[in-house]
Amino acid sequence: MEFRGILKQYNAQDLKNKFNAVSAEKIKTIISKDKLESDDLLVLLSPQAEPYLELMAQKANQLTVQYFGKVIQLYTPLYLSNYCINSCAYCGFKAENSSQRKKLSLSEVKKEAEFISATGLKHILILTGDSRQMSPVSYIQQCVEILKDYFSSIAIETYALSQEEYAQLIRAGIDGVTIYQEVYDRAVYAKVHLNGPKKDYDFRLDAAQRALFAGIRTANVGVLLGLNNWREEVFFMAMHAGYLQEKFLSAEIGVSVPRIKPHLGDFADIIPVSDKNLTQIILALRIFLPRAGINLSTRETAKLRDDLLALGITRISAGSTTAVGGHTLNYEQNQDEQFQISDKRDVAQIKQMLQQKQYQPVLKDWLRW
Amino acid sequence: MSDIFKIRDKQIKSRLFLGTGKFSDKRLVKLVIDAAKVDVVTVALRRVDLESQDENILDYIPEECTLMPNTSGARTAREAIRIARLAKATGCGNWIKIEVISDNQYLLPDNLETLKAVEVLAAEGFVVLPYISPDISMARRMVKAGAAAIMPLGSPIGSNRGFKTEELVRIMIRQIKVPIIVDAGLAMPSQAAKCMEIGCAAVLVNTAIATAQDPINMALAFSLAVEAGRKAYLSSKRPGIDFAQASSPLTGFLTQE
Amino acid sequence: MRLKINGKQQEIKDCFDLEKLISSKGLNPNNIVVEYNTKIIPKQNWPEVILKPEDMIEIVSFVGGG
Repeated sequence: MEFRGILKQYNAQDLKNKFNAVSAEKIKTIISKDKLESDDLLVLLSPQAEPYLELMAQKANQLTVQYFGKVIQLYTPLYLSNYCINSCAYCGFKAENSSQRKKLSLSEVKKEAEFISATGLKHILILTGDSRQMSPVSYIQQCVEILKDYFSSIAIETYALSQEEYAQLIRAGIDGVTIYQEVYDRAVYAKVHLNGPKKDYDFRLDAAQRALFAGIRTANVGVLLGLNNWREEVFFMAMHAGYLQEKFLSAEIGVSVPRIKPHLGDFADIIPVSDKNLTQIILALRIFLPRAGINLSTRETAKLRDDLLALGITRISAGSTTAVGGHTLNYEQNQDEQFQISDKRDVAQIKQMLQQKQYQPVLKDWLRW
Repeated sequence: MSDIFKIRDKQIKSRLFLGTGKFSDKRLVKLVIDAAKVDVVTVALRRVDLESQDENILDYIPEECTLMPNTSGARTAREAIRIARLAKATGCGNWIKIEVISDNQYLLPDNLETLKAVEVLAAEGFVVLPYISPDISMARRMVKAGAAAIMPLGSPIGSNRGFKTEELVRIMIRQIKVPIIVDAGLAMPSQAAKCMEIGCAAVLVNTAIATAQDPINMALAFSLAVEAGRKAYLSSKRPGIDFAQASSPLTGFLTQE
Repeated sequence: MRLKINGKQQEIKDCFDLEKLISSKGLNPNNIVVEYNTKIIPKQNWPEVILKPEDMIEIVSFVGGG
């Protein structure tokens, strides 16, 4: 069954009732199981699981070390363009924000690449806003062709593409696709995606699968925490990741759980997600998806990132900027960021922190063939 | 405790499947089936010996049993497909245990030929149960092609060497959604119990029962072991943790504020 | 005429169709499946199969097996 069909089997009210009905006693059983079912995931994400976070943390830590070792992969985002024709209620790049728009020229891309690769990073995530006119696939391809001389792994986070377009970029040299559904609840999705191509829920939902059919090596799905009840949202995202893992056995599937951050013209309807909630989310994800990559954004504070490290995180960004050209060009003063960065440490500082915690920072973990 | 076992839409009454080869007397087959309350029974298809006609094995298999003909004797997918179609033409149902063996020394199955046969026969509407060397990728492909269950070997056919493929079968139980049935090699009830304890849906036993000094009691012993193992599996979701617990808390930071 | 039955050449007399051949061998029709020149022939069609020299006939039935 396609994931769309799996999603349809659930409705919000049923799920809410299920969350309330779980027995916390089950947690002890669940963490000693070999393979978890969707009902187990519900238990791990339920309010009743809160008293068991330490127990879950021990299990999550053990699984993380078993599957990944004491290793954290580092990458940094590179914003190519913030032109965007979507109106997403929560985003700093939304079309009606009259912010200064910027798109890197190819020589600026090269300059950013030189700067970033000099820090030692070999994994990069390139991002664009949603504008097929200003940042068409051909432009992304040109950027990839420049970047592949500097980086051994290039992932994209951009608007949803067709399978053929993904294949085109894979041929050009990308190996990862990050595409967040942001919110799995269709009603909330429609409410926050007011205008633009991103309104098409199903086209976005199937994007990761199209990229995987096209042969991508790593696909990363995610929810933007704060748009809807997080238990429900994380449940669906984890099910999505699990579905992709089973369907594409040779691919690596990653998950991300960014918490919404204020930006220009604040989005007022944020449903709060506490540090404790975020901790529970990461633990549940690690236990349910032992081999999935889990990414932790610089939206989170340095302290929280450090604390969560042992609980399942496998990838963190360093030296991040969410401004176009933010690594080398001084546009920050008059340009909007997509969101605010809390952890402003550079690559060297992050490396030092990891080593202190006896983790090995990995800047490059594979070579393009 | 309700514990219903189905293959496709058919409810199966016993998790001990019986092979009917090597019995010293066909009458024992019926006695064994009755004593151990066996449901699924395997038979093979052979050319009729026109010179000395024997009684038919079906006369000794109660009608309530689920017949699972095998394709033994097949060395290729083509031969297995031919045998399967012949078996179906008997009118004894549409179950087929696919067994393709091209290695006469160890009698190990040829997974690739087996896969090809699964693809064709599942598409023809057979309930296909492939007998395989426990290879997870092959099992996945077979399930994708429509296999109703996967039957990994415990050790080579007739070898009585027991459950040697445990680690591979454990992975299969975790990763494959159709029932996993250990077939071949089980010598003693304790080994059958082990299979069931780790979550196999059923086991298929032939040689160990057929060649026992007392096949009826051996069948009974296997049946009890299968039941015991199953009950243990169902009740083993023990509370408690089976991993070392670090001495310092990992979530201490949550209460520091 | 000479037929190949279960891999063996046999000389057959007075059997013009498949049904007569089966009954002449004393086989219980309910226990067997018959393949005529590699095609499975259902029981009810046996009388319609007119035998000719060099036909290949396979007669199989279930035996014990695991």
